[in-house]
Order: sequence, then structure tokens, then C-alpha cells
Amino acid sequence: MKSVIAENLVKTYRKGEVVALNDLSLDVEEGTVLGVLGPNGAGKTTTVRILATLLKPDSGHASVAGIDVIKNPDKVRELIGLSGQYAAVDETLTGWDNLVMFGRLYHLGRQPSIDRANELLERFDLVEAARRPIKTYSGGMRRRLDLAASLIVKPKILFLDEPTTGLDPRGRQDMWGVIQDLVKGGVTLLLTTQYLEEADQLADEIAVIDRGTVIARGTSDALKKQVGGERLEITVENGDITVAQEIVARVSGNSTHLDLRTISAPVSTGSIALMETLRALDDAKIHPLDIGLKRPSLDDVFLSLTGHVAEETVQEPVKKKRGGKK
Amino acid sequence: MKFAISDVLTITKRQLLQLARVPEILVFSTIQPVMFVLLFRFVFGGSIASNQPGGYVQLLMPGIFVQTVAFTLASTAIGLAEDMKKGLIDRFRSLPISRGAVIIGRTFGDALLNVLVLAVMATAGFAVGWRPTSGILQTSLAFIFLFMFGYALSWIGILVGLSVKEARTVQSVGFLVTFPLTFLSNAFAPTTGMPKALQYFAEWNPVSTMVAACRQMFGLTNQFGATADSWPSQHPLETSLLYMVVLMVVFIPLSIRKYKNFSS
Repeated sequence: MKSVIAENLVKTYRKGEVVALNDLSLDVEEGTVLGVLGPNGAGKTTTVRILATLLKPDSGHASVAGIDVIKNPDKVRELIGLSGQYAAVDETLTGWDNLVMFGRLYHLGRQPSIDRANELLERFDLVEAARRPIKTYSGGMRRRLDLAASLIVKPKILFLDEPTTGLDPRGRQDMWGVIQDLVKGGVTLLLTTQYLEEADQLADEIAVIDRGTVIARGTSDALKKQVGGERLEITVENGDITVAQEIVARVSGNSTHLDLRTISAPVSTGSIALMETLRALDDAKIHPLDIGLKRPSLDDVFLSLTGHVAEETVQEPVKKKRGGKK
Repeated sequence: MKFAISDVLTITKRQLLQLARVPEILVFSTIQPVMFVLLFRFVFGGSIASNQPGGYVQLLMPGIFVQTVAFTLASTAIGLAEDMKKGLIDRFRSLPISRGAVIIGRTFGDALLNVLVLAVMATAGFAVGWRPTSGILQTSLAFIFLFMFGYALSWIGILVGLSVKEARTVQSVGFLVTFPLTFLSNAFAPTTGMPKALQYFAEWNPVSTMVAACRQMFGLTNQFGATADSWPSQHPLETSLLYMVVLMVVFIPLSIRKYKNFSS
């Protein structure tokens, strides 16, 4: 069963001058994670805001758990949790104050709100910081609290809009752990991100969006295959190029690409290919200047899917292709 | 629907909690009016002829009170604009709470803050010699009037806060609006010395009618600056009440509609 469905969503701003969503459709199977991958301005946040009842599309349909988000927003709000790009909590209040307040706003009752707040603070490792104003929290703590606030009523369907943007690598790792635990608990998750690695780690399926529409969709593996997966890259002295090229071609089983002194080729065996190449180079007494595996980045995905690099399309309004009526 | 009241109260409580966590909020809301009290009482006051038993301070304090509550407009707008910018309003809107609870709760919270602010200002007034002479009932009525005026202005603040993108814009716009409104009035000096057009404006200015109404309720007989023939200066109480009712009738539905619609 599909828990989240978006069909032909169109959303324009400034009287049609800026197209945020251009006939976007996607869906999320119950109990799975969909990663919505795209650059800034591709329409990720707009999509989430529509699904979370915060924004009305110009045209198109959307439903969550079978309930129409446009016709029945109140019902939808009872079922979803939303955690946005910004830490949408009251910064002057403490973490505890915030969670109790949101509990009350979910109509939990006084004591249950307090109990739930304590439970969530414990689970997200925020007990020590519970009585401090959010202002004093680190970026990672703030995001965890924001996420906790969206989990108060144990929603079955969760929207996370760029949950790790702006976090340092450690904060990002922590957040991934937290999200993975949630997913094990069986929630349906729609997650937006700018990082291919993040979608790869967390999502069962990935929808790549660009300029307000889905341009590719599939599992992470399928996408990577489309993009070309990992590439082996090695830089050698001028005199070693020919021999090194032969080695790379043999190990990868693919034709190589040469750019100045850097040889690259797609590989499917990852680090094994890397070690084999190193051994062969050593046997040939070649010392590479640089060697490594390059995972496809968002840019690579975009380049191979669209032929252009990931642009921030907000800066550059796209002319409306398909109009919608209010 | 049965949760509507509890939703509003939770939002109101949030603002009281903020006050408890950051007590400086009260200081920030009173420091400027207290400085005005000192400035007009001790610096300009000596040069303003008032013919008022008890001195200029009797005329000054009602003006200060009205000016202080007039800032509710800006503080409501700034608070709301900040909540919007930080995404807190988005979170509230993603919750299954009754519509309007978020903004109604905020107007209640700001109204409660006004009670504290007025208490501080009354104490400051007392300290520099202000004495209402009308008895407890009339004096309380004056404060209820001030409180209501602040509440009505709060609703304009809601509409402003929902309409701007930056809290800082509100700050400067709020200043640009409240400054002329409070000074082109009878709050600090008589309107009789003003050019005709300004005088006309000053007499119809709600700040003037509020100040005059409060002066009346605090027991002052000498309404300095009022020309006898203008309707608002003869009926400051009625005019003020009318202003408040009109403000609320116009801005409460407008604000609520704006809040509900700003999703599209």
C-alpha cells in the first residue's frame, strides 16, 4: 500500500514566473524510506510542505495514508510528524519545555506530555541538556530535539526535510543512527537531502528531482548503475601512463579515461579493485602520485541524468511549462 | 473544538514561560518608557507650562502609559515575524491544533505581558510624583482601557507580523508608525501650538483620545491642548472605545483569514 502519494503537483510563485514544482509525482510504499534527492531550489521543501499540509499546490493531488491533504488537512496533521531544515522549536525555552508544550498541543494531557517528553529526551541523549535553553544547544542537539518534537505522538508517517544539512560529520553520523533506528520501528519516511551518500545510507528508494520534477527514480544501486557507480582514479608520472593504463584496464575490465596524468575507469569491486591495482603498480615499480576510489556525487548523478550540473534553480526562474489553475 | 481553549492557553503559557526563562524581556519592554518618564519629567517637563495641580507629571503619565501600550503593536508583530522566520509557525501549523489558536494565544500572551509592563510603569510614575485623584474605581477603569487598547493594537501587530518577512523590518516600520502617532498627539505637549492641519490630525489621533480619556479617568480636569469644538476632544472616552471596537472588528477577522490562507 502507498502511504504517501503526490500526483502531478504544480506550484508556482510570483504569478507563474517562478516554477517551484512542475508536474511532480512520487509515492512512498508503507514502511519504506524514500529519499528525495536534489540540489537547492529543486522543489524538495515545497514538496514536503505540500504533503505536510503547510502549502496548497496550484494543481495536482496529494494524499497521506489515503487522506487528501488538501481537502482534509486536519486529519492528516494527526498522523504525520514533520521536522524541517530549520530547528523549529522555541529557542528561548528549554528542551523539556518545548517537548511538553508540543505534547500539550497534540492533546496528550499534562502528565502524559511530561512522561513523553522525558522518554524522548532519554532516547535522543538529551537528558543532560533538558533544562537548558535551546539557544545553548549544538547544531546536532538542536536537530535531535527537533526530530524528537515530531515524534511525540509516534507518527506512522514522517517527513524529514534535509535533516543533516549544516551538521558536522559527527552530527550527521549521529543523526543517521537515530533515523535508522526509527526506520527499524516501521515508520514510513520521506526524507529530502542534497547528499547522495545520505540517501544511499538511509533510503530504500531514491527519487532524484530537478527543477520541480522527478527525473529519475529507483534503488540506490540502480541509480548508481545508471550513473556508473564507483570509479577508480589514479594519477601517475608522465612516463608511467601507458603501463598504468594497461593495469587499470585489466583490473577494472573497462576502458579507461585519461585526463592529463589522471587515469580513471568504472569499477564494480570497490576496494578490492583498488588493492589489486596497487599490487600491480608495485610489481611494475610504479609509484602513483594519487590513487583512490571516487563515489558518484550528487553532481555526477545530475551530470549523467540531466547533462547539466546541479544548479540552484531558485536563482534562475524557469519559464512555466505546464500551467495550473487555482 | 473541545481543545480550542487548551490550545490557546498552551500558546499563551509558552510566552509566560519565555518570560520566566528570559526575565530580561520585561526589562526590554519597560526600559524605553521609563527613560521617557525621566526625560519628560526632569528634562523637558520644567519648560512645559501645564497649569495642572500636581504639576506636569500628572499630564505626562497618561501619555506615557498610552505610548507604552502602543508599542504592543510592534512587539506582537516582531514576536510573530520571528516565529515565522524560525519555522516555529510551520511546526505549529503541522500540528492538529485548532485554527487561530496560535495567533489568539499570542495576543493573550502579549496582553498578559502588558499587565506587568503597566504595573512597572505605574510604579515608576508613582516614584516621580504621579498621583491619580479619581479613586480606585476610576483609576482601575483607566488601566482596563489601556489594557484593551494594547489588545486591540496587538491584532494589527498580528497582521503586520504575518505580512513581513523580516522581524527587523517590523522594528523599523513599527518605529516609523508609533513615533509620529505618539508625538503628533496631546501626549507630551499641548496641541494648541501646532499648525492647524497637524492639530486636526492630533485631535483625531487615537493616541490623543486615549490619553485624554485616561487623564479624565485619573481625575484631571485640565485637558491641555484640546480645542473645545472638536468632537473627539470633547468625547475622548467614546471616541477611544469606538476606535478599539473598530480596530478589533476589522483586524481580528483580517488576521485570522491571513493566517489561514498564508499556505497558498
